[in-house]
Amino acid sequence: MNKGTKSQGSGIRILSLYAVLIYAFLHVPLVILAVFSFNKSRFTVWEGFSLRWYRFDRELIEAAGNSLIIAICATLFATVIGTMAAYGLWKRPSGLLAGSMYLSLVTPEIVTGVSLLAFFQWAFRFLHLRLGMHTVILAHVAFSVAYVAVVVLARLRAFDPALEEAAMDLGANEFGAFLRVTLPFLAPAVAAAAMLAFTVSIDDYVITSLVAGIDSQTLPMVIYAMARRGVSPVLNAVSTVIVVALGTIVLISERLRSA
Amino acid sequence: MLELRSVSKEFAAHRAVANVSLRVERGEFFSLLGPSGCGKTTTLRMVAGFESPTSGEVWLNGSRIDHLAPYERNVNTVFQSYALFPHLTVRGNVEFGLKRKRVNGIDKRVAKVLEQVRLSGKESRLPSELSGGERQRVALARSLVLEPDVLLLDEPLSALDPLLRKQVRAELKDLQRRVGVAFLFVTHDQEEALAMSDRIAVMNGGLVEQVGTPQEIYQRPRTRFVASFLGAMNWVDGIGVRPECTRIARAGRRATVKRCVFLGPVVHVEARLENGETMTAQVAAGDARFSEGDGVYLAWDAADELRFE
Amino acid sequence: MTVTLGVPSAIILAYSFLSRGAYGGVEQPWTLEDFARLFDPLYGSIFLRSFGIAGAATILCIALGFPLALFIARSPRKNLYLSLVILPFWTSFLIRTYAWMFLLRDTGLINTTLAGLHVIREPLPLLYNDGAVLLGLVYGFLPFAVLPLYATLERMDKSLLEASADLGARPWETLARVTIPLCAPGIRAAAILVFVPCLGTYLTSDLLGGSKTILIGNLVQNQFTASRDWPFGAAASVALMIAAIGLLFAVRRRGEELL
Repeated sequence: MNKGTKSQGSGIRILSLYAVLIYAFLHVPLVILAVFSFNKSRFTVWEGFSLRWYRFDRELIEAAGNSLIIAICATLFATVIGTMAAYGLWKRPSGLLAGSMYLSLVTPEIVTGVSLLAFFQWAFRFLHLRLGMHTVILAHVAFSVAYVAVVVLARLRAFDPALEEAAMDLGANEFGAFLRVTLPFLAPAVAAAAMLAFTVSIDDYVITSLVAGIDSQTLPMVIYAMARRGVSPVLNAVSTVIVVALGTIVLISERLRSA
Repeated sequence: MLELRSVSKEFAAHRAVANVSLRVERGEFFSLLGPSGCGKTTTLRMVAGFESPTSGEVWLNGSRIDHLAPYERNVNTVFQSYALFPHLTVRGNVEFGLKRKRVNGIDKRVAKVLEQVRLSGKESRLPSELSGGERQRVALARSLVLEPDVLLLDEPLSALDPLLRKQVRAELKDLQRRVGVAFLFVTHDQEEALAMSDRIAVMNGGLVEQVGTPQEIYQRPRTRFVASFLGAMNWVDGIGVRPECTRIARAGRRATVKRCVFLGPVVHVEARLENGETMTAQVAAGDARFSEGDGVYLAWDAADELRFE
Repeated sequence: MTVTLGVPSAIILAYSFLSRGAYGGVEQPWTLEDFARLFDPLYGSIFLRSFGIAGAATILCIALGFPLALFIARSPRKNLYLSLVILPFWTSFLIRTYAWMFLLRDTGLINTTLAGLHVIREPLPLLYNDGAVLLGLVYGFLPFAVLPLYATLERMDKSLLEASADLGARPWETLARVTIPLCAPGIRAAAILVFVPCLGTYLTSDLLGGSKTILIGNLVQNQFTASRDWPFGAAASVALMIAAIGLLFAVRRRGEELL
């Protein structure tokens, strides 16, 4: 379109300036955290470069290990179930299923967490189990499934159903068609969804803290406890590590999604 | 050898196919022709196995197939969008069906059919790297390599641009003759159907209005619908006459010229009769020297009149 | 085949619905007493404040997010700018909330910088109030608003804008009279995606609001842990969900796809 008039040109400049400000708003706080994690002193005055805060103690590392195990298990299950749910939804639209997926996405974490806790306690009357890592994994699967389903469903919308029919026309049965034609098409989206489920699981505090029980600590739980006590440079260091790690995963996931 | 016996298909809201009975002979080029929504595609899908008839039977070579899944029938489809698998090469696409059947000598068969559609040398290309015409040939090859009893084609030429369409039309017809497989061809383009088919079934609103050779259908249509659908028609006093049979003569019905439409090789002269009806006469471009308001006489042979109840 | 797909989908469905049915609690008698308690003015004010803060956050997110979405939709490098928005969003909500603690506290970066520049003598009480919570919410949920707004803007028929210009409208007028009205579905989606989670926020009000700011989320969490009054917590949680679902229905229009 013709950028003739002056008002249009200046309009775009204002917009760009605004964008820069907003991006700064979004990213600068994290950058500042990172910068001060290398600060020699524990006060908010720069005193020199140091890596001392990066020597993490046992408790932190153990919690990180727990979080990793939980995230990997939850991601595995959530990805499989979520993909199947998305495929089922795509083949046979169901208002009920779609609605409950959406609800799951939009429900505040507190409500999900509290409901799951109540559910577990009720179920434990018959199952003789207690809260622990397994309940955390189950809880994570429950709320991640919707994220996976949404990502995979979006990709399915771009899939020509005639491709599956063609596969069947040429001799593959329904399962063969899914395996050899649909799944290869979905692969990038499934991978991206898995990464998303992973980051969501690693970061969760609210739900995890409610269903975790006494002996399992996850990384967010430790971080939260530290944050409650106040600001600490160790926290800055931990934060920086997490942000960089998760950020990388998210970037890869986005690359896959737009492939 | 493909037979549809009183096949009907009803959906929740409407009846798509009503009591259709057809026979397609071995090696025949048979077209289903009709406007969109007439049920031709639904009929095709019932032969392929993607829809089940609500009533009626589909028989192939003496066995009933309407209860079989698509992958159990010896019938293959060329889809309107071609539906080439984007993650597989040309070779991957063409050998797909053979791999499902686990036959031997796949490579030889693939090479042979690619030669038949003139795509040899492009085996390692991906569908995204091919032109529209090439993609169509891959779709054909993919189905033909399985040696089906009938090949189903769902408006395969509609995705091509008009220039390409006529050329591909001729190629398709030649291919069919060479390969000798029966083609069941769905289209809404009457020129296409007339040019390619051995026989045509004209469908409208789920019903078959007429089945016959292109000449029969065009020159001796049995219903008004078939007559108008196959080509332009003049209607006067309840009788139909085609514009190419209507000429401007020295005697006949009096009419006043409304407009002349130049179409290249011919001119269509539209004139209003005394009773108010309009007729179109087709005149060679060289002979057309009429202007609006001229008085003319329109004439035609009685033999060219088409009468319907 | 559809059966094998329906089954896992049904399981998720049952799961997500089952886990929301907490009415009784530790003791059996089914009573509506706890719901009545909710109407007590003490709790009423909590609800009101939560609605207020969530509403303010929603308005701010949409107002701030819209120009950014516009910028991204117009830019030739959409994926890049989109990734820049998504990146902070997925990398740990907990940590991003902590980042603001770091910046806003009395000995945080903002105060020390301002003191260092001799702009202020006493540290500004930036943390532990409603404003900080609002800031944290906007920071956290801004991407939630930008994404649906961007999606709607991107899908908009550009020829409508050209038609508007052709008929004599200046760029600002086209924006106000064509673009924004056409963006209504995106605005509605953004509103839901921000408001409902904000309504039930827990972390933000806990870390940034201190003990002064108690919102519904904190109330519920409290009942399920410290106070051990599960039935009451459940009642509050259900009330929250009813509010959320009610809003979803109120804002929904027929034929609009949610996911």
